[in-house]
Amino acid sequence: MIWESWDAFWKMGGYGLYVWGSFGMTLLCVVGEIWLLRRHRQQALLTLKRMKAWASTLESETQ
Amino acid sequence: MNINYYASPSTFYPLAGKLIPWFAGLALILATLGLYISFFVAPTDFQQGEGYRIIFIHVPAAWMSMFIYVVMAFWSAMGLAWNTRLSFLMARALAPTGAMFTFVALWTGAFWGKPMWGAWWVWDARLTSELILFFLYVGVMALQAAIDDPRRSDRAGALLNLVGVVNVPIIYFSVKWWNTLHQGSSVSLTRAPSMAHIMLWGMLVMALAAWMYAIAVALARARSLILERERQTEWARAQLEEKP
Amino acid sequence: MLKFLITVIRRDVLLAARRRGDWLTAQFFFVMVVSMFPLGIGPEPSMLRAIGPGVVWVAALLACLLSLGRLFAHDYRDGTLEQMLLSPYPNTLLALGKALAHWIINGIPLLVIAPVLGIQFNLPAEAVWILVLSLAIGTPILSLLGSIGAALTLGLRGGGLLITLLILPLYVPALIFGAGAVDGALSGTGSEAHLSLLAAFLVMSLLLAPWVSAMALKVSVE
Repeated sequence: MIWESWDAFWKMGGYGLYVWGSFGMTLLCVVGEIWLLRRHRQQALLTLKRMKAWASTLESETQ
Repeated sequence: MNINYYASPSTFYPLAGKLIPWFAGLALILATLGLYISFFVAPTDFQQGEGYRIIFIHVPAAWMSMFIYVVMAFWSAMGLAWNTRLSFLMARALAPTGAMFTFVALWTGAFWGKPMWGAWWVWDARLTSELILFFLYVGVMALQAAIDDPRRSDRAGALLNLVGVVNVPIIYFSVKWWNTLHQGSSVSLTRAPSMAHIMLWGMLVMALAAWMYAIAVALARARSLILERERQTEWARAQLEEKP
Repeated sequence: MLKFLITVIRRDVLLAARRRGDWLTAQFFFVMVVSMFPLGIGPEPSMLRAIGPGVVWVAALLACLLSLGRLFAHDYRDGTLEQMLLSPYPNTLLALGKALAHWIINGIPLLVIAPVLGIQFNLPAEAVWILVLSLAIGTPILSLLGSIGAALTLGLRGGGLLITLLILPLYVPALIFGAGAVDGALSGTGSEAHLSLLAAFLVMSLLLAPWVSAMALKVSVE
């Protein structure tokens, strides 16, 4: 371990804003991307569901 | 099990689904290791203090942004040559992730530059080229978004991607040229501190983590794209039974 | 084959001549954009001289992009483009002809106006000459690369802006070498290197751009 204390760790020798600003934004981007991916998948599944429902109502109507 | 078996979206879909957790897991392990090295093993730099630790994100992100663009171009070329839908979908799936890494490289570049060189943005050759690469990514995504017909959208994006990849070396060369001409106060932002081995290892591990992450994310995005494209088919509808 | 090329060029130039409004607009745009800079930054002569080459070059890029939307659009709308693509002549030749016609219609007038703008920005005679020369070599590049963008965005909404987004990054080397050549003349460090690189870029564009444009046309039309 090279940090004398947690406080020193967060301060990063005075560069805290820049170091955490960088790692923080990266984390934000990664989380954001994963969230958007989940949403994309849910929307795709929803579309499939709707089309399936529509297809089956069509079928039952034409019976 | 011949590779062409997986060229069909309906067979690729479950394969990708099985692969994603592995790549995601690898990414997590490598990232943890990489971050550990970045913060707890790599020593304080003599010239740049603790601020230099940003390179453990900045450099891997920059590498990935360029690597992904080239991989995209590979899939674009495959798609145009063999007319395989899946190739185009892979290229499409990679674009947003590549753009994301480019953005991270630019942001962390700025956050590194401010404390080191006093300015949020310096027009050095590498950062400027990275900015142009960002524009190239945005261009491909904008073009594909503007075209409704999926086939035309795939092919136009692929063509633009290939034009971009051929031009990137030329653009980089011209930007370097431009940069050396207007030297003056400009300094190379990425002239990293003379590297202790451990710093290099840290960057490599983080880069590998980013690579595994990119694969996992691209496969996931490709799966959603397949569901959209194949929504008329029976097998796609059958996916509804599967848990998300 | 050469006859086909000349026919394509002649046709476009004639059509443009009958519709003077279109290309005149692009030229006025060029002049106006350039005039905005002193208004925005200030008229101090030595500063204008410093930014002049870059400003004129960027304005040339934008004027070119503005006019590219029309390159294939008219022919696409009335079905002529499809017929031309089906003709026995290579599509690459069609794309080359179109790009050259675009240069004649939009690029050459820029060369005529540029000296006036150069003087507005206080450039000495030597620099003005290099400016015109750099534009003479550079504007065909803009037309050639631009034709790729025009072909890809055929019939799309937001055409002009989209072309700009796609093609501006590709213009960067031309901008750097072109404006750099004039800077070289201003600072006395010489323009030969810049102009040679620009010329090399032109040759590359001449060889590759029409081929890519033709492919893009096939993608957009089928």
